[in-house]
Amino acid sequence: MKEYIIRLVYVEMLGHDASFGYIHAVKMIHDDSLLVKRTGYLAVTLFLNEDHDLIILIVNTIQKDLKSDNYLVVCAALNAVCKLINEETIPAVLPQIVELLAHPKEAVRKKAIMALHRFYQKSPSSVSHLVSNFRKRLCDNDPGVMGATLCPLFDLITNDVNSYKDLVISFVSILKQVAERRLPKAYDYHQMPAPFIQIKLLKILALLGSSDKQASENMYTVVGDIFRKCDSSSNIGNAVLYECICCVSSIYPNPKLLESAADAISRFLKSDSHNLKYMGIDALGRLIKISPEIAEQHQLAVIDCLEDPDDTLKRKTFELLYKMTKSTNVEVIVDRMIDYMNSINDNHYKTEIASRCVELAEQFAPSNQWFIQTMNKVFEHAGDLVNIKVAHNLMRLIAEGFGEDDDTADSQLRSSAVESYLHILGEPKLPSVFLQVICWVLGEYGTADGKYSASYITGKLCDVAEAYSNDETVKAYAVTALMKIYAFEIAAGRKVDMLPECHSLMEEFLASHSTDLQQRAYELQAVIGLDAHAVESILPSDASCEDIEVDKALSFLNDYIQEAIEKGAQPYIPESERTGMLNISNFRNQDHHEASSHGLRFEAYELPKQTVQARIPPASLASTELVPVPEPMYPRESYQTTTVPSVSSDAASTELKLRLDGVQKRWGRQTHFPSTSTSNSTSLKTVNGITQVDGSNTANSRTRETYDSRKQVEISPEKQKLAASLFGGPSKTEKKSATGHKSSKPSSHMVKSHAPKSSMEVASEKTSVQQPPDLLDFGEPTVKSTAPSLDPFKDLEGLLEPTTQVSSAVNHSSTAAVTKSPDIMGLYTETTAGAHHKDSDILSGLSNPPMTNMVGGTTTMQVAQSSKGPNLKDSLEKDALVRQMGVTPSSQNPNLFKDILG
Amino acid sequence: MIHFVLLISRQGKVRLTKWYSPYSQKERTKVIRELSGLILTRGPKLCNFVEWRGLRVVYKRYASLYFCMCIDEDDNELEILEIIHHYVEVLDRYFGSVCELDLIYNFHKAYFILDELLIAGELQEPSKRTVARLVAAQDSLVETAKEQTSSITNIIAQVANTASL
Repeated sequence: MKEYIIRLVYVEMLGHDASFGYIHAVKMIHDDSLLVKRTGYLAVTLFLNEDHDLIILIVNTIQKDLKSDNYLVVCAALNAVCKLINEETIPAVLPQIVELLAHPKEAVRKKAIMALHRFYQKSPSSVSHLVSNFRKRLCDNDPGVMGATLCPLFDLITNDVNSYKDLVISFVSILKQVAERRLPKAYDYHQMPAPFIQIKLLKILALLGSSDKQASENMYTVVGDIFRKCDSSSNIGNAVLYECICCVSSIYPNPKLLESAADAISRFLKSDSHNLKYMGIDALGRLIKISPEIAEQHQLAVIDCLEDPDDTLKRKTFELLYKMTKSTNVEVIVDRMIDYMNSINDNHYKTEIASRCVELAEQFAPSNQWFIQTMNKVFEHAGDLVNIKVAHNLMRLIAEGFGEDDDTADSQLRSSAVESYLHILGEPKLPSVFLQVICWVLGEYGTADGKYSASYITGKLCDVAEAYSNDETVKAYAVTALMKIYAFEIAAGRKVDMLPECHSLMEEFLASHSTDLQQRAYELQAVIGLDAHAVESILPSDASCEDIEVDKALSFLNDYIQEAIEKGAQPYIPESERTGMLNISNFRNQDHHEASSHGLRFEAYELPKQTVQARIPPASLASTELVPVPEPMYPRESYQTTTVPSVSSDAASTELKLRLDGVQKRWGRQTHFPSTSTSNSTSLKTVNGITQVDGSNTANSRTRETYDSRKQVEISPEKQKLAASLFGGPSKTEKKSATGHKSSKPSSHMVKSHAPKSSMEVASEKTSVQQPPDLLDFGEPTVKSTAPSLDPFKDLEGLLEPTTQVSSAVNHSSTAAVTKSPDIMGLYTETTAGAHHKDSDILSGLSNPPMTNMVGGTTTMQVAQSSKGPNLKDSLEKDALVRQMGVTPSSQNPNLFKDILG
Repeated sequence: MIHFVLLISRQGKVRLTKWYSPYSQKERTKVIRELSGLILTRGPKLCNFVEWRGLRVVYKRYASLYFCMCIDEDDNELEILEIIHHYVEVLDRYFGSVCELDLIYNFHKAYFILDELLIAGELQEPSKRTVARLVAAQDSLVETAKEQTSSITNIIAQVANTASL
């Protein structure tokens, strides 16, 4: 029999139905022989779920077995308890399990603890009186039991931090003992002292220490110790390290610990193992909330992860990007996300990434145009996976404009939306949600700017209704849009002639099975028959944003009530006072708790629930069924009730999520500052918002630069550009700085030192206007004054010769300083001179030449001088071109990003 | 917490499953199919984590066998990786250089060991020695029980024989 049951388990595991044998497994656990009993328990735990009918047959046996004096039987029973006992049967076994907490065998104590933990997960109230037991078990002299106790404590603390603050000291001392190897050798794992217990403890400490300075201070030393002791060569050591980082990022920040955390992260990111990179990205995402500047050094590693073929890593990186999005890099990040969204077909993740795109776009959108375009893309690609709320939001946005009192901008926005939608309608298959938006916008604003005739729009709308004939909602939206357009026409005093296809459509809808459609069609017919004045009062033009007052108290019915009471009707008793009445229907809007306490209680063990929601205001009812109602009141109502924050005006876009303001300062790309297009010198001042460097700082910037540039050697310029755009590298500001550096050279130093890799190709191209050699400002400040700052060249030089050679390079260039323009420049201008005719050429050319420069730079020393004169002119021209393209953010500069994203 | 443990061979055959969260039989087959498609196709150099339906699956390959554990989003993936390794080490110690065949023919023992290691989706015993001791204790008890039963059946058989004679 035992063999058969094992076979049965195997059969079930392979995915076949073995339910006919369940009862035999249940019978087996009644057996006296331990051998058979254990097999029976095993089979039962594998076969049955906690809500299976047969559970009731098992409970009695479990009760008996828990009392057995053979601890192995008890263990087997406890295993089954963890899996099989459900909320209803907990009371049956609970007292025995509590007794077992004092069992002499540690294995039994441990399992009993875990069983209680399971009970806690299933129904917290059932074991709430046993919390003190957990605390007692924490001091158990067997480390296994102690470790097991951490599991339920972790859950308890997650739910209620404050009542466990007193345990901080004991947790810290346990952790200290563990870290000092006070535990038996048997708990070592790969030379780490009890790492699993350490991890659990760190998790708990992270919870206890979050935003609690006092508690956190107790932890600093021990966490610091662990950081030092962790062996980062083994996997488990890294696991503990990672947990340390999580803990550090969660507790009250301590600069020293943050530093070691940052160190650990950089080790993770630099490692070859994908696992560690993954953990590094994750840890970075955690730490970035506290100290945004650490991401700076890792930007290239992050870009690498983004390009990685590993899908998991990519997703994690997107998560990180999502966390660090700000108004300056939102375009690049969202573009990337949408690209990625197109490339996957996992619906679950697609939904998630779509909602993230929407969220980011709403929060940080630099311009209305961009927002609408982005939304279009998201709708097109993610289709029906997008939450309907997003669509309503978009409609509201178009209707309200951006909250500014700028009517022309709003109408521009609308007409551009109409235009793009008319364009998109040409595409064969569109998601229903998107179509609803399109129909609504066309109906509301299709004819508003007079660009398109009513008949054209109505024709389109009829097409939509026909093409998507099995989607009722879309059809309803289309009919309403038709009605609006006709109403506007009538109100404007023009004669309305319905298109033939529109007529036939109406015929069809009038006979539709859907009452909603039918009603709309009739309403349309009625509206068309009315005169201009009446129509205008029914459907005023552009009234979708006006608020409608909803009289919730229904005060206008007071007279009627009065009358009724006078006639002898009973006065209304509020629901809360109507006790004892079993009129269930009256309780609909009331919370469940009240209903159950007044009426009969049907469920014996129902727990009192928190009041879910006080009465739902009538308006929200309207918003839940957002099918358009012919009156303009519908959009208004829904707008009132939807609570999604209004989509970013410029003011909103500056406010940063996740406390990233520090980041923005340091590597923010200030691209859409209006000043950039006007005067170069002033814009320079604002670049990166950093004060000017003085001599002492240059040393610092040099070290960093050489570090950066060494890294750059292996990195393709495309990546650098991406890094720049993601991490706020000012491709444009850099250009600016280069062109304008005669007037303000110190600030361009600044730019370079903080975002050197951003777009040094571009910059160096620019700087070919000025011959003076790059490396001057490193060594000789005196020369620097004569020679305008050519930071990008430093980069180039740095690429060629890492730190050791820098000094020699300095010498070289200082001698060469004024007399001859350096080689690199010459080579550069050659390549660019050929390319400068077309913008696109320049842009595409930008990415490649610097690499060749880097390699070839040292050898081609003497080339440049002759070409100096003409180059100057060429590069000036080109400069102007690039500036033209560069002044506007990436949306107007698609080539640049096409290049990057390719 | 760990939602389930899966052992899949490289050919996609299931070798062991343990579910700590409730899944119906239908869901189970679906999960296994989805995950084996997802995991078996991954290249050797990629990372050992897969995002799946908002959960994370940590897997590790030992010879021809993939050990997968499905965890919550905020769990420590590296730790789970080590738990897998821990389990494999215990198995290894128990079977003496474990191979896939050991697990196929003694899969109930693999279950018993797993039960000593994980319970209700949490690691309950971080010490290899304790696990080994417990499993050995169970085994020895089973052995004695077996001997007893066989001796009893022998006696009964003999009695029956003599009676019939």
